[in-house]
Amino acid sequence: MKHARIAYDGATHDATERDGQLLLVDGRILDFDAVVWLPPLAPVPWSRTILALGLNYADHAKELAFKAPEEPLVFIKGEGSLIGHRAHTVRPAGVDYMHYECELAVVIGRAAKKVRRDDAYDFIAGYTVANDYAIRDYLENWYRPNLRVKNRDTGTPLGPWLVDAADVPNPMNLALQTTVNGRVTQSGHTRDMIFDVPFLIEYFSSFMTLNPGDLILTGTPDGVVDCQPGDVVVTDIEGIGALVNTIVSPALTPTLSQGEREKGTP
Amino acid sequence: MSANPVLSPGTVYGVVLNSTDEWAAWSAQMNEPPYKAPPKAPVLYVKTANTWSACGRAIAVPARAPEVEIGASLAMVIGTPALRVTAANALSHVAGYVLVNDLSLPHASYFRPPVKYKNLDGFLGIGPKLATADEVGDPASVRLEVRVDSALRQTVDCSRMLRPAAQLLADVSEFMTLRRGDVLLLGLGANRPLARAGQRIEIRAPGITALGTLTNTLLGEAA
Repeated sequence: MKHARIAYDGATHDATERDGQLLLVDGRILDFDAVVWLPPLAPVPWSRTILALGLNYADHAKELAFKAPEEPLVFIKGEGSLIGHRAHTVRPAGVDYMHYECELAVVIGRAAKKVRRDDAYDFIAGYTVANDYAIRDYLENWYRPNLRVKNRDTGTPLGPWLVDAADVPNPMNLALQTTVNGRVTQSGHTRDMIFDVPFLIEYFSSFMTLNPGDLILTGTPDGVVDCQPGDVVVTDIEGIGALVNTIVSPALTPTLSQGEREKGTP
Repeated sequence: MSANPVLSPGTVYGVVLNSTDEWAAWSAQMNEPPYKAPPKAPVLYVKTANTWSACGRAIAVPARAPEVEIGASLAMVIGTPALRVTAANALSHVAGYVLVNDLSLPHASYFRPPVKYKNLDGFLGIGPKLATADEVGDPASVRLEVRVDSALRQTVDCSRMLRPAAQLLADVSEFMTLRRGDVLLLGLGANRPLARAGQRIEIRAPGITALGTLTNTLLGEAA
């Protein structure tokens, strides 16, 4: 089953996909474009751990002129960077290189500590699509990739669906593709991950407990390109979903002046 | 993970190299590979929820790590969301302050994110009390004392931060919103002491009783 979390008519709702529409718990059926799509995640009682992999596809590691890592290169994102399907991501003024990253995102289903790879799939609730944008202008070699590159507001679209693990027979056999304004710019395949999903769960759970609702963003393949305001970026993973995002410039984001905001003026 | 009695935080962000003393100790290698240039933005990391330990809780140390590094810090707890705030106004977004013990496995490099060193279960003591901004006063006036088995091992002088609390908050909020309940550590001192399983760590800010004393004992992890 495909699960969504949406805002509609003054409330947030859990929904499921049915025949190309959204079915709410109360039986209402809505068109996809009638709702606001939120990240497809149930709320959790503590802040959600979001682990993200760098250089986890051999071709992308080569593209960025690194040798393949000998152990996972992982960084952590705050939940505040997440936005839903069909939302807008800000490209800051004056930067030269902002690129998408189409990634299979694993959603943990039950607490995982010291899990062996043979058991790893038992701890997965499902899968969704992440677009882990990076703004390379801000890269520094200090805890790289640093948060200014990877933890920006609006910087991590997620969705549209959480697809039950039971409906994804082999997450290591999925095609990934990104289009920018309809043109294919990135294609890859999850079988080319350097560290596969069971390995990652074994590795992380060897030193930290993964809790229900935590995320692992598994990295991106070759083919990242600079994107500009107005570009429509669709990150698509076979059987999981097509996550649509539009890049905007800060000028198109309604803002108040510093003084107005600090006075709390609406 | 245990619910924290002090606060229900959002995301906890820490910072290294905010201490002028730590910066000075590192400055000779900042232009060398792999760093190649001194950091411009605050050097941040995240302490995930699996690391949170309430005051008084025992913290397990893995058998592979003979010693852990103690990272005493004052931490700002965000009250109202802070995005692109100025240093002049930043502290009005702070609901209060809490003591933290940011434990790490010792690591010599700041090149890659320190997840496997800093995000072990239980590796962030928090508490015991949320002090109000009024009770703390100017965060730069705070001094932290770190004791291991009652012996004074480190003093952290919060006036010796490259970015004082308000400037740090302003610089972080330049690119991300700090949300209500998020926590931003002011920064760790230089020459951080080590401790091993069986030892008891105490962190307090003399003169500020509202912060209380943060106490955690290290336990050897069962094999």
